[in-house]
Amino acid sequence: MTTLTSADSATAPEAPVGPPAAGRRRGRSGVWRAFLSNRKANVGFGMFFVLLVMAIFPSLFTSVSDPTAPGKFMPRLTPSGAHLFGTTSLGQDIWALFVYGSREPLIIAVVAGGLATIVSVLVGVSAAYLGGIPDDVISFVTNVVLVIPTFPLVIVLSAYAGKPTLTIMIAVLVVTGWSYGANQMRAQALSLRNRDFLESARVRGERRSYIIVFEMLPTMISLIIANFLGAALYSVLAAAGLQFLGLGDPNSDSWGTMLYWADSQSALESGTAWWAILPAIGIAVLGVAFALMNYAFDEISNPALRPVRRQRGKKLAARMRPASAPASAVAGGGGRK
Amino acid sequence: MRYLLRRVGFFLLTLWAALTLNFFLPHFMPGSPINTLRAQTKGRVSDAQLEQILTSFGYKPHENILEQYIHYFGNMLTGNWGVSLGSSLGTPVSKLIGQALPWTLGLVGVTTVLAFLLGSLIGTIAAWRRGGVVDSVLPSVFVVTSALPYFVVGLFLILFMTIDNTWLPSSGNYDTSIVPGFSPGFVGSIIRYAALPALTLLITSIGGWVLTMRNNMITTLAEDYIRMGRAKGLSDRKVMLNYAARNAFLPNLSGFAMSIGFVLTGAILVEKIFNYPGLGYQLYNAVNSIDYPMMQTLFMLFTVAVLGALLVCDLVTVWLDPRTRAKG
Repeated sequence: MTTLTSADSATAPEAPVGPPAAGRRRGRSGVWRAFLSNRKANVGFGMFFVLLVMAIFPSLFTSVSDPTAPGKFMPRLTPSGAHLFGTTSLGQDIWALFVYGSREPLIIAVVAGGLATIVSVLVGVSAAYLGGIPDDVISFVTNVVLVIPTFPLVIVLSAYAGKPTLTIMIAVLVVTGWSYGANQMRAQALSLRNRDFLESARVRGERRSYIIVFEMLPTMISLIIANFLGAALYSVLAAAGLQFLGLGDPNSDSWGTMLYWADSQSALESGTAWWAILPAIGIAVLGVAFALMNYAFDEISNPALRPVRRQRGKKLAARMRPASAPASAVAGGGGRK
Repeated sequence: MRYLLRRVGFFLLTLWAALTLNFFLPHFMPGSPINTLRAQTKGRVSDAQLEQILTSFGYKPHENILEQYIHYFGNMLTGNWGVSLGSSLGTPVSKLIGQALPWTLGLVGVTTVLAFLLGSLIGTIAAWRRGGVVDSVLPSVFVVTSALPYFVVGLFLILFMTIDNTWLPSSGNYDTSIVPGFSPGFVGSIIRYAALPALTLLITSIGGWVLTMRNNMITTLAEDYIRMGRAKGLSDRKVMLNYAARNAFLPNLSGFAMSIGFVLTGAILVEKIFNYPGLGYQLYNAVNSIDYPMMQTLFMLFTVAVLGALLVCDLVTVWLDPRTRAKG
């Protein structure tokens, strides 16, 4: 099991590298400010925001209010003023399907990602805090869940349980999606366990729950957010994959379901390519938005990863080195400070 | 040595947990499998035969659950996987899997190893030339590609490469008009048919390796032993590969084993998109035709694949990293 944890602390460089004391001083507003000044984070958040507006106010974008009803329009119309991207071979407006289809992926991302993160934090922090045999047991269970191939499991599960509703889908994604984060949380919490500020809280006689919630969790906030973004990304991709394979609710309006119908009606070959292209772009944009924000959080919590150019002003002196030894610039550029 | 024993212990315990899960899933699901089967085979098979088929994957209503469990275990481990209930009704599962396995190993196996090695190399170079053109452009690009779903990439490849022009085929595994054999034409057609699915897997999986390798390298490059290597006057190449990359590579290696699970996800989706008759496509078909023995066997094999990869990576880690040997 040692390899697993060492792998995790390495893929989450903030575990050993990120100085918790700095994170503490920075506090919540500091994370937010760092987020605002990171370009990848801005781009990612912008993409997410546009999709969010579309999901909350779909009527601003399309006049069709019941997009899934079949046979409403002539089938296979080419794009025109009335139907921006044409109609499907089932007589639905493709643009309206796309707009309303943004709702389910966003709900799945936020709810499944959020719940999975909560489970990760609970499991990881309690494993680290309890130590001893409970820790061994929890870590073993976490690693088993981590290793069992989730997507095949989800497929098999949905085959036994029948077409899943949105709630079951979210439940399945949470059950299969928490383990990676739990390992990261455990590693981070372990590295914090014997720090002075926690020791002083213990000496002050604070309750265990107080120490965990008010002393430990705030220092882990950027890891928790990064984890949420990763879990949301996983949920979006897995849910869309399931729906694309026809293992979702076929009557729901969701980008994955749209792709399923487009694929089963051979949209690409029959002149309704937008039917497949639009939801594909939608899923890609949502996924990229989460991935960009996630990577931005990695950069925020581990300054060594930030693009070097942006530090040129501040660190000019440190980087004034012969070009033949570029790597030493890293050591100068705040690698492990 | 103790380290290795622990790893083998983890392997066996996890395998047991997965097999147990695999056994209890159909038992706890609503409805009797025999009714499902009867509806599905539409009376083509008699009830007695159906029950016999079902016994092959642990369904024996007359035995108590413990006996069933033990029988199931024996069958799974000895390759006695029962017969398929799908479109090729009655064919042994092991035979169907034998037919599909080489295609998945060839396509997914080769592509994954290629993406891993190529990605790690690019990541090493990006971190080494920190601040260079490669390093400032590539991270963003790879963050984007690694977030793209398999079917999105596959869809766009089909759209651009096969609809208007017929550069590459988008469905199947080889040209059926060529007689299979070791002829250049046949091998060429296998490669042509594998090109798009392989490209899809490569595009979606390489980004993760580049990013983690780059991040590991950056951390490693700040270590004192790198400075020491330089001070000794070693060549850049030697410091980069033998000092930095070798250490930065270790976490990536265990990451590789963990990623096999995601690779299988990719195999299922990519093989479905391109109608490539590998194991993933088999699973998709098995689920659609509620082929229990097939599903159960495939799920077991996928778990074994992940665990096996994990074990191999542990062995390689022991070989590459003296610290793991010293600890044991």
